[in-house]
Amino acid sequence: MSMTHFVPNLVRRERASRKAMLLAPPLALAAAILLNLALYVLMGRDPAAVVHAMLLEPFLSWSSFSEVLLKTGPLLLIAQGLAIGFRAKVFNIGAEGQFILGAIFASAIPIWFPQATGGWIWPAMLLIGAIGGALWAGITAFWRVRLNANEILVSLMLSLVAAQLLYYLLLGPWKDPNGFNFPQSVMFQYDAMVPTLFAGTRVNVSLLIALALSLAAWVFMQRSFMGYKLQVGGLAPRAAGYAGFSEGGAIWLSLLIGGFAAGLAGAAEVAGPLGQLQRSISTGYGYSAIIVAYLGGLHPIGIVISSLVMAAISIGGDNAMVSANLPIAAVRVFQGSLLLAYLVAVAFVRYRLEWPQISARSPS
Amino acid sequence: MNAVEFILAGMLAAATPFLLAALGELVVERAGVLNLGVEGLMAFGAVIAFIIVYHGGGHFIAFIAAGICGALLSLVFALIALGFRANQVATGLAIGILGQGLSALFGKSYESLTVKGLPKIGIPGLADLPVIGGLFVQDSVVWLSLLATLCIWATFAFTKTGLVIRAVGENPKAAHAIGYPVIAVRVAAVAFGGMMAGLAGAYASVVYTPLWADGMIAGRGWIAIALVVFGTWLTGRVFLGACLFGAVSLMSLAAQTTGLDLPSQLLSSLPYIVTIIVLGIISADRRLLKLNGVASLGEPFER
Repeated sequence: MSMTHFVPNLVRRERASRKAMLLAPPLALAAAILLNLALYVLMGRDPAAVVHAMLLEPFLSWSSFSEVLLKTGPLLLIAQGLAIGFRAKVFNIGAEGQFILGAIFASAIPIWFPQATGGWIWPAMLLIGAIGGALWAGITAFWRVRLNANEILVSLMLSLVAAQLLYYLLLGPWKDPNGFNFPQSVMFQYDAMVPTLFAGTRVNVSLLIALALSLAAWVFMQRSFMGYKLQVGGLAPRAAGYAGFSEGGAIWLSLLIGGFAAGLAGAAEVAGPLGQLQRSISTGYGYSAIIVAYLGGLHPIGIVISSLVMAAISIGGDNAMVSANLPIAAVRVFQGSLLLAYLVAVAFVRYRLEWPQISARSPS
Repeated sequence: MNAVEFILAGMLAAATPFLLAALGELVVERAGVLNLGVEGLMAFGAVIAFIIVYHGGGHFIAFIAAGICGALLSLVFALIALGFRANQVATGLAIGILGQGLSALFGKSYESLTVKGLPKIGIPGLADLPVIGGLFVQDSVVWLSLLATLCIWATFAFTKTGLVIRAVGENPKAAHAIGYPVIAVRVAAVAFGGMMAGLAGAYASVVYTPLWADGMIAGRGWIAIALVVFGTWLTGRVFLGACLFGAVSLMSLAAQTTGLDLPSQLLSSLPYIVTIIVLGIISADRRLLKLNGVASLGEPFER
């Protein structure tokens, strides 16, 4: 009797299961939490303390929840942009680099014009940052469309180059001359800062911009002809070709949108909580946002929820580092296992398990 | 020693992490599977090997353990991407993030510690040649990697195993129809690729630069994936590509010692920039990619 008789079969459902689609993210989250708690126990940590620090504390006080909201902004922005590309099967995984370029472009204004004043400065920084991110993503688009190169590899390599470019600027021309040799720029002037939303917190207007753009993403993907063309290109490239939808156009559009959103997020980070260009402007937002996009089912509304969850986990991870002595790398492990759990869960949207019948097992 | 001698002598060692990982990914892609988790698999193998060598387990055990751990982590990829037919791009990215996270988690208390590398073995006679002599003085893992390259080339060129792997990658439906176990072959290929990535990471952390630093793989896993494209899925060309990247990463070192006045960040990003440029040049020849590419790459197999 062969082994395969004991392995259940994946059988394609006649139609995608809506119940499975809605259940997949929370179930994946629960599975990832259990798996990681088991890991923490193996590492000799107190699981109750970790649960408290990681999953409850972010919601227990306004000040820590406001930090969750602060972290939600960039994740939400980047993930909305990426999801549009992922739906069109354009795998831009270089949002990290586009985020860095956004931060660099935005910083140029306060660094070159430190004396400038006026209410135009921070909006101009956000706009220029978004353009910077889009330009950086445009390199990938050019390589993909004109040179047929794989966008996954090119966009990732460009992220590694972007990090080096940032270090070069911070150790060289843009280093704060009075900064005790730290790799950081001067502190920006008051008008270069995005206004805060709630007094006493660091949450700023960029969260509203992210929510507004989420709504725009929903309208674009669900209601516009252009969004429809992108989705058809992703789902049925051949049909899209027959209908005269250009593949190159879809790739350009996907990458430019993704780069624009990531660049905007990078600009909002330096013009918001940081107030200067630093070496550690990103704590891996560009990579976390990939997980946020998938966990939200690549749907604009789902992504609003998943970005909040991911931000809470990230703040919770910071808490657990202090109170439960958990290394910060644990957050990365959690994120990776969460995406894996989600991918398993989402398999049940299209497939169901069929266990072999007892009778089928008997030798024929 | 002048720059040319320096690069010739060090090229193969610098190429080995690229080579081992790229050979593994070559086999995986030939079987029709795209595993983008190489960077994380390498990081995982690297930390396992480092911990074992640091605690006196020796290089031999370290490499075996790194290979096994790389294979085990890649089997998680196989379960989800092949078993549950999940999107291979997303699954690979997740495995990559998980591997890098595990590596940072396990390596936390070893940050900046060092271990002893491996002694070099010279080929008598050849090692004394002028200029190119350094090419023939290498550590044992480099010699074994060259042997592995030869074995993989021969497997694809002459054996039935190689033929079955290629059939499964080119046309899984036909391969299934004539009775080859498509999924089993793909799982085995993925496990082999994971093992090779683990070995590549081990070489990076306990031989090439025997010191632990979080993020020390520094994009080499991604370059290895790019190398498979550069090599247009051919073993010999993948080997040449790995040598090229070994030379490029040494050139940035050589440039610093010769006192060339370039920012060190530009030199550090040289391998990435070269990857982008070469990827553009090779991919622009669409006919070449179509001729040598793997037809069912990245597509799940359903009976």
